[in-house]
Amino acid sequence: MLLRHTPETLVERSALTVNPAKTCQPVGAMYAALGIHKCMPHSHGSQGCCAYHRSALTRHYKDPIMATTSSFTEGASVFGGQANILEAFANIFNLYDPDIVAVHTTCLSETIGDDLPQIINKAITENKIPPGKTVIAASTPSFKGSHITGYSNMVSAMIKYFARNTGKKNGCVNLIPTFIEPSDMAEIKHIAESMGAKYIMFPDTSDVVNGPMDGKFRMYPKGGATKEEIASSGDSILTIGLGRTGTLEPAKLLDTHCKVPAEIIDLPIGITATDEFVDLIRKTAGVSVPEEILLERGQLVDVLCDMNQYTYGKKASLVGDPDILVGLVRLCREAGMEILHVVSGTKAGPKFERKIKELAGEKTIVKTGAQADMFYFHQLVKNDKPDLILGNTYCKYIARDMDIPLVRTGFPIYDRVGHSYFPIVGYRGGLRLLEKILDALMDRIDRDASEEKVELVM
Amino acid sequence: MIGILEERKLQVFENGKDSYGIECGKSSAAGSVSQRACVFCGSRVVLYPIADALHLIHGPIGCAAYTWDIRGSMSSGPELHRMSFSTDLQEREVVYGGEKKLYAALTELIAEYRPKAAFVYSTCIVGLIGDDVESVCRRVERETGIRVLPVHSEGFKGTKKDGYKAACDAVFKLMGTDDETPVSPFSINILGEFNLAGETWIIKDYYRRMGIEVVSCITGDGRVDEIARAHRAKLNVVQCSGSMTSLAKTMKDEYGIPFIRVSYFGIEDMTKALYDVAARFDDELITRNTIDLVSDEVGRLLPRLEKYRANLIGKKAAIYVGGSFKSFSLVKALRHLGMETVVVGSQTGSAEDYEYLKEITKEGTIICDDTNPLELSSFILNKGADLLIGGVKERPIAYKMGIAFCDHNHERKEALAGYEGMINFAREVHDSVTSPVWKFSPARIRARISPDQGGAI
Ligand code: SF4
Ligand code: SF4
Repeated sequence: MLLRHTPETLVERSALTVNPAKTCQPVGAMYAALGIHKCMPHSHGSQGCCAYHRSALTRHYKDPIMATTSSFTEGASVFGGQANILEAFANIFNLYDPDIVAVHTTCLSETIGDDLPQIINKAITENKIPPGKTVIAASTPSFKGSHITGYSNMVSAMIKYFARNTGKKNGCVNLIPTFIEPSDMAEIKHIAESMGAKYIMFPDTSDVVNGPMDGKFRMYPKGGATKEEIASSGDSILTIGLGRTGTLEPAKLLDTHCKVPAEIIDLPIGITATDEFVDLIRKTAGVSVPEEILLERGQLVDVLCDMNQYTYGKKASLVGDPDILVGLVRLCREAGMEILHVVSGTKAGPKFERKIKELAGEKTIVKTGAQADMFYFHQLVKNDKPDLILGNTYCKYIARDMDIPLVRTGFPIYDRVGHSYFPIVGYRGGLRLLEKILDALMDRIDRDASEEKVELVM
Repeated sequence: MIGILEERKLQVFENGKDSYGIECGKSSAAGSVSQRACVFCGSRVVLYPIADALHLIHGPIGCAAYTWDIRGSMSSGPELHRMSFSTDLQEREVVYGGEKKLYAALTELIAEYRPKAAFVYSTCIVGLIGDDVESVCRRVERETGIRVLPVHSEGFKGTKKDGYKAACDAVFKLMGTDDETPVSPFSINILGEFNLAGETWIIKDYYRRMGIEVVSCITGDGRVDEIARAHRAKLNVVQCSGSMTSLAKTMKDEYGIPFIRVSYFGIEDMTKALYDVAARFDDELITRNTIDLVSDEVGRLLPRLEKYRANLIGKKAAIYVGGSFKSFSLVKALRHLGMETVVVGSQTGSAEDYEYLKEITKEGTIICDDTNPLELSSFILNKGADLLIGGVKERPIAYKMGIAFCDHNHERKEALAGYEGMINFAREVHDSVTSPVWKFSPARIRARISPDQGGAI
């Protein structure tokens, strides 16, 4: 089918992206903004972008995703979008009554050169923003960066507009997660909470985009970090950034802005990465590791041992967002797997490459950036057939074409549920990921076994 | 009722109560949670099903990523249309122009795939930086001998409707090049059918049984060569919405091909479509074939509908879809299932469309243009709808409110056109409305406990 169109020989492409392994900045910014309580994401550009971004998030989370748009027309693209956004503020506060509006730009408004901070100041001086309400803004042009950059930029905006150093420490640890599922955010909170650490986490999309069905359509579901919490993050002892690509910039900003030192660690996927996270919390918050967490860890290690023979030596190819990829590689390596390819449309730099090679070995092919797309990934997979693919929904074409098992991870996942309810981070997340990997591999063994070799106990 | 934005007041109408003409075709008020898309989106959806053409999106990555294979238009042959090609513009190009990159991308692609034709979509930013896409296309066309058609679909230059127009202009340029292949005197083009869930195949089969040749379907399961000889068909049959009327008009002016508007959805409209086409040819055999076909299909359909209808009588529906033509058929089809429409709206309806909706709906029905989720959910609540028919962004809203949903947009998984489609539609509506999951809906539980609240949430 579709992938009949992918030739095996790797061709040099200079100007072309085929089947992208990334999307654009605003979608990440929109998602991050949903992680603030009672916040309306606002897209400063034409309607189309906003409609696409809302659709993408709606398909992925299967929850109503709200966002407003400046509705650019030809006029706006000539004279600038100031008039549109001022009108938009009036309408948004009047009709949807959010506490916060989080504006992100699109390629269009960026190219026109709208100066959002200046426009917002104007809106404030002209009393266009009701008392007690806040507008924050991030610049998110997609001709630089990807959805991960957009996410990171919006988190930086939260810090810029809210975080304050009052000179009085609050005894908290700041937790800034990279672009991950609401279930993962919940799991990170679970770990911090069960350790008894005082923490502030933002953004926090748990209970926002995986809300319960309760008979109501809510503009603003109950979850999300509050403005006060984010403000107080400037008084914390330490910031832990979980996942370098998505959190380095905001964590640095909090340091320069409020003098909160930062430590950037890998997203806690797998045993050692989670150990590092737990240990860092233990040391910073001065707490000890409770029985509950030890039990979870023990269970993960147990299953890893029990099932080691099925994962050991299996070859995996991975595509997705850098921070998640690092975590996945770590878990796969712990399960004894070999990593053939690691591809990301998001440019992640030489540090990322070194890190992957450190974890997976020099032979692993690592590529990120514009021409690191699904087309390229497919070519790699065609050339040295792995036993398993880890990647988003779009990998299904490749998996089907190559008849290789696929474990869906990352963004977007349009064709399965579960990702927004069950984590892949932490020990419990590791357990789920391992279960998924084993299911995929063992279903395959069962399917391919000859009649006399089908076994009851595995 | 909730507040409606002042400038949207005239876009919402209650049948039997209000008396103004509904406003439409406006771009959404700045700051509203609009459900609407852009010009590019309109062009992309129309041209997307042309399966042996190359579709290259000139712009930053997002525009391409979001339209990658999300429409479910099926092809019986090549699948080049399902690939996502983008120039992925970077800052450098935004500053210095993207023409070089576009040229390189096009030539690389054409060399690799030798497509029958290529469409190049301009997105917002390309309009802004002023790339001369036209001349790049001409140059590549000259050098490769393959038709390369620019599609002027800069998102901000209007609404989705303008995108349809841009797509029609591009398609029209493909016509008139094949004068060799024989075409029957009883021949038509199908316009504005996109082969979602294989619907084109159902419709084509009806025409085959009537003895009519379908020269081209624009654009469902589309092929460049078929479009190239479309100018020789005897009649254009335009299905639904505004998407293809402009093409039909151009073909009438340029080639003298008359056109009729039809809908393939629901029993009356499907039947009327086939009879209208047959009447145009005024041929005894075709007329007899059509009568046979209709009585055959309807005869089989009606008893099958009964069991669904029995459970649906008296239930209420809300409709919010893209094209208003589609909503007419839906109102009628729901009536066949014993259901009443209490809210109906569209993203792109015209003034006449809304007048017609006033005629076919009952007093008290809310008719709206380009609504937003807050309005929509309050209308639904207010009118006590049991079902929402809409698209991808409406689905979770319905579910959170605890009411049934049917996708009548491009995410539908089942063919809803034709007689077979009517059964699918009935089943889908039935299964959703009568699903056991609603007994877990807090709204309904509360409604049962205190009936005087009338299902209040
Ligand atoms: S114009 Fe930019 S922001 Fe809008 S969809 Fe395209 S890439 Fe994304
Ligand atoms: S940039 Fe323009 S063309 Fe692209 S999605 Fe946004 S509005 Fe549409």
